[in-house]
Amino acid sequence: MSDHTVKSYDDELAHLTAIIARMGGMAEAQLSSAVQALANRDDDLAQRVIVGDTRIDELDNEVQTFAVRLLALRQPMASDLRQIVGALNISGEIERIGDYAANLAKRCLILNHLPVSASVAGVVRLAELVRSLVKDILDAYLERNLEKAIQVWSRDEDVDAMYNGVFRDLVDQMTEDSGTITAATHLLFIAKNFERIGDHATNIAETLHFQILGTQPKGERPKGNTIGVPK
Amino acid sequence: MNTANTNGTAKVRSRGLEVFYGEKQALFGVDLDIRSGEVTALIGPSGCGKSTFLRCINRMNDLVDGAKVNGSLTLDGDDIYHREVDVVQLRAKVGMVFQKPNPFPKSIYDNVAYGPRIHGMAADQAELDEIVMTSLEKAGLLGEVKDRLQESGTGLSGGQQQRLCIARAIAVEPEVILMDEPCSALDPIATAKVEELIDELRDNYTIVIVTHSMQQAARVSQRTAFFHLGKLIEMGDTEQIFTNPQQPLTQGYITGRFG
Repeated sequence: MSDHTVKSYDDELAHLTAIIARMGGMAEAQLSSAVQALANRDDDLAQRVIVGDTRIDELDNEVQTFAVRLLALRQPMASDLRQIVGALNISGEIERIGDYAANLAKRCLILNHLPVSASVAGVVRLAELVRSLVKDILDAYLERNLEKAIQVWSRDEDVDAMYNGVFRDLVDQMTEDSGTITAATHLLFIAKNFERIGDHATNIAETLHFQILGTQPKGERPKGNTIGVPK
Repeated sequence: MNTANTNGTAKVRSRGLEVFYGEKQALFGVDLDIRSGEVTALIGPSGCGKSTFLRCINRMNDLVDGAKVNGSLTLDGDDIYHREVDVVQLRAKVGMVFQKPNPFPKSIYDNVAYGPRIHGMAADQAELDEIVMTSLEKAGLLGEVKDRLQESGTGLSGGQQQRLCIARAIAVEPEVILMDEPCSALDPIATAKVEELIDELRDNYTIVIVTHSMQQAARVSQRTAFFHLGKLIEMGDTEQIFTNPQQPLTQGYITGRFG
């Protein structure tokens, strides 16, 4: 789309997108580090993730403040309005993803000091899948790529299916060996949190659809069953 | 073009409306329905034809030398440009409020009484008083002027003058009220009062407003029509036009990318 007659307005909209890009990059890195900390039983890395969350929260505040300023000073319309309202929304979603990464890191600190008694492999696989979804949706946001967004939206079902598999494995482990219960319970929460992160990625996809086209994606949101029981 | 604007019953309906000022064509084949009980906003950059369209509805363009109107424009199904139409009667049915408040250099009372007098609407003084008071009341001005009805209308503040002009338009019991940028000379408080008034009036009148303020169009209207270079580009529910316009030109204009 062509530029605004008032050039500084374009700069401000670009600035808003840039903050979100930075937030998204950080949330992605936080997720990667947290998963690595889990897989490698790395306390230092987990600690860094916990501290790092503050920065994402700060950026979220920055987005809220800047978006309110734009709404007040520019009185945006149509696609500009959708872009700014969408930015508020997406910033909130990324902030939540950051929170889950920090929560995972906190659980790592506990898990790292338990005997290796429950297998983390399933959770790590789920985490990788969700992380790729988050990466794709953030790329889609920056490229304003609707097709990519819709792909992410429809892949949430895979996340739900894998989550259910992980859930059953962990319950099996606990049934076989009650010594794994503490670790496996933490892992259950972690798995659930990744399933939630998948939902946040889906929300971002929906917001992106709204930003670009002004409508919600058509049809029922693809939804597996996520209460841990097979369909 | 969005064809949803041509459904249902329309108070004012244009089909293939063209207007020429001498050689220059100002409107190109405009199909537009204006529904009763709604405020319709006409927006677009200067010279887009929105005021020309507005001025066709009460034949104000007749006063412009060399102006020529083709196509059809109807009020309740009757051709506005039929050669037997009495323009004075038409303008009693279709009132108008202008950009700059233009009260007559007469008393507040006489400003409002002027129309009813020339149209012989009141049998006696009491009836005329009644019309004047009711009109001032409807225009939200009575409280402010009831103790000084004999003072000059031109002594009022800009916002009060504009509401006096609205009272004057209402006094002849029009069905349609045309407003050509009615708030552009007013401060924000006076503007808010006029907008509040527009909202109250819409139950009883069909209102068409030309405005350069996008926010005003968004605030007061239910339907919005966007004109560009003499063509109707898009017409739709105001909410849709301002959140999700379908035409790139509309999008460009309302987001401040041209115009």
